[in-house]
Amino acid sequence: MNRSLKKSLIAAASALAAVTATGGAFAFCGFYVAKADTKLFNKASKVAIMRDGERTVITMSNDYQGELKEFAMVVPVPVVLEEGQIHVTENAIIDHLDAYTSPRLVEYFDEDPCAVYANDEIMVTASKAPAAAAERRRGDDALGVTVEAEYTVGEYDIQILSAKESGGLAIWLKQNGYKLPKGAEATLGSYVKQGTKFFVAKVNLDEQTKTGLRYLRPLQIAFESPRFMLPIRLGTVNADGKQELFVFALTRNGRVETTNYRTVKLPTGMTVPTYVKDEFGDFYKAMFAEQVQRESENAVFLEYAWDMNWCDPCAADPLSDDELQELGVYWLDGGGDRAEPMTRRRPSPGGAKDVFVTRLHVSYDAAHFPEDLMFKTTGDRENFQGRYVMRHPYKGDAKCEAADRYRADLPKRFENEAQTLANLTGWDIEDIRTKMDDNGQSFTPPKKEKWWEKLWSKSDKKG
Amino acid sequence: MNKAHCPQVLSKPAVKPPSRRPYSALISRIIGRPLEIRATGSRKTSTSAPSRILTAPASGARIDPRLFQIAALGALLIFGVAARAFEITPAEFFVIGATALTTQWAMSAIFAVKFEAKSALITTLSLTLLLRAEALWPLAAAAFIAIASKFLLRMRGKHVFNPANIGIVAVTLATGAAWTTPGQWGTAVWLAALIAGVGSFVTWRASRLDVPLFFLGVFAMLLFARATWLGDPLSIPMLRLQNGALVLFAFFMISDPKTTPDGLLPRIAFAAGTAMLAYVFIFHFYKSDGVFYALAIACLIRPLIELFDSARPYQWRDATISAADRKLILPAE
Repeated sequence: MNRSLKKSLIAAASALAAVTATGGAFAFCGFYVAKADTKLFNKASKVAIMRDGERTVITMSNDYQGELKEFAMVVPVPVVLEEGQIHVTENAIIDHLDAYTSPRLVEYFDEDPCAVYANDEIMVTASKAPAAAAERRRGDDALGVTVEAEYTVGEYDIQILSAKESGGLAIWLKQNGYKLPKGAEATLGSYVKQGTKFFVAKVNLDEQTKTGLRYLRPLQIAFESPRFMLPIRLGTVNADGKQELFVFALTRNGRVETTNYRTVKLPTGMTVPTYVKDEFGDFYKAMFAEQVQRESENAVFLEYAWDMNWCDPCAADPLSDDELQELGVYWLDGGGDRAEPMTRRRPSPGGAKDVFVTRLHVSYDAAHFPEDLMFKTTGDRENFQGRYVMRHPYKGDAKCEAADRYRADLPKRFENEAQTLANLTGWDIEDIRTKMDDNGQSFTPPKKEKWWEKLWSKSDKKG
Repeated sequence: MNKAHCPQVLSKPAVKPPSRRPYSALISRIIGRPLEIRATGSRKTSTSAPSRILTAPASGARIDPRLFQIAALGALLIFGVAARAFEITPAEFFVIGATALTTQWAMSAIFAVKFEAKSALITTLSLTLLLRAEALWPLAAAAFIAIASKFLLRMRGKHVFNPANIGIVAVTLATGAAWTTPGQWGTAVWLAALIAGVGSFVTWRASRLDVPLFFLGVFAMLLFARATWLGDPLSIPMLRLQNGALVLFAFFMISDPKTTPDGLLPRIAFAAGTAMLAYVFIFHFYKSDGVFYALAIACLIRPLIELFDSARPYQWRDATISAADRKLILPAE
């Protein structure tokens, strides 16, 4: 059947919001240490990492929902950071990166089966600006602890600590009003022995008030280190179940993968029933959970890998040079603030910016991810995206032999879609069939016309 | 993806009829030793025309262990593609294979030794399993370097480097266009056990089971010592040891009989030394390809170890004396 397919796109940003907004409080890959006896969670986090050679810029985005004065974060860092190596940025940038890399649902409309069209695909609409979805979210020496530096950056009071042993560090943290979860001391000890420093951040309420914001902005740190890794162990100590982590890696060379865990591509390209449009967020969550189970809960998932110059289809525009620079991409010289319109189509070969983005998604706990995530940059620049397809059947009143065949084929196609969806998400196939039926994807074969019914239909008009 | 660039190495070198060995005498002079080794007796060698001395006493129809290795690697390749979604295209496999076999053939002609496809096939399978690249040329380059190194980089009558290993190290260090994927096998215990089980059989048939066992043993000791010192849970060293890529390296790369010392004690020193080097590369220099670098360095040092090695050089079960065909081996005679 030669049918042109129109497609439109529904961004999955809302799906991510659903994933990340669970749980009341949040802490990044460090752990949340409350100053009061508050129930602690850390459920999900978004981290952007620029990595080029040994140069690293980590942007830690948090969705912290609790009392600001109780917010605290401890992140192992390889070196003592100077004030200029610490920065606070805007949530919008991470949200944009999130939207740009989100799994996406593409919509196709079957054309009149009786008409013959050219077979090229036309991009009709793209998603609305992802911002809409994004907006919805919102005594020391004796202890062997040295406060190497103290800064106030943005709304945060930051201390860089070094410690001789974990016991001293734990006592120091407790004395300074932090509540340490059970088991944290051993993990801290491991980092102490590896010579790690600790980046400790609290909210400076005065400064926070000055920002006029009701939320905390992402903290950024820049440093050089031969280790390309993300510390997740502290985050598993006080975890209430599994945590979701999204890593957005920005490199010059290509895709990033984990070396100590398997990196698996998210299933992509499947055609799913049209009703998924209304519950794409649930679909994404269910599919992800199902894939996590299938990979024995210890795989890291690749959700997006793309040259930052373009996208197709675009869940959001590629990031601007300014945004990329804010995230640590230091090699875009002369980017300035020329707000070039971003291409949604294939760029001219070579591309203007040499930035490759990788989105990894991991659902982790101490049992399945005992060790920190170790990464490597590969030379792989092949594009990959989580993309799902909906095909709306033609609803018009087409009358021709091709239309009969088309309609007769539909139930089989719907059944395939139902099975695909059940297989991806683990949802009950009967529920899926019912929902499809309710949504105009009927499994009942069309009534077969008798051969003689057409014979006199034209001449017998008076009937 | 641009797969269009095939390297020059694919073209056949012009080969004169290998009646004499014009280069081998020269190379022998350069390395200060005769190029070939006799399989029996002392290390005294023959520089006469390629001999046809057979190695092992004919113990009937024992099968060349390289065939087991080829079967095992082939099965792992199929498993990897089918069940682990390894992104290996047929083109990649054929380019590596064609380059390896062509190089083996050309070098055999140049050095006037019998053409032997098995080793080249093992190198092909190893490279296909371990090395990834977007273009085809880095893969072809690795295959060429791997095979050519067997003929060109020789000391004390043996090739210095493990062929697939040096191919991987050379192209990953020299270009950003190729890389390894240490996490590709995952850390499933059953898979690690399966690779180890098959690998044990193959290396046992090749009289080299001690190599993977000592390598893994020493590496495990270092990992556990580190975990104990750091106060880490044992699940961390276990995770490392369950990595399929590490087990594959131990049983199918470092254990190559032709690039391990022939005597038991030197061999143990070799395996243990590689494990220690690998540990240092991985945990002090944070190199995820540490095992490959470690083996390359250990192979460079190996001739020194072999100064104290009086054991007979290894010969493949069905090997004729051909300087080129030293890849794997056979059971103790």
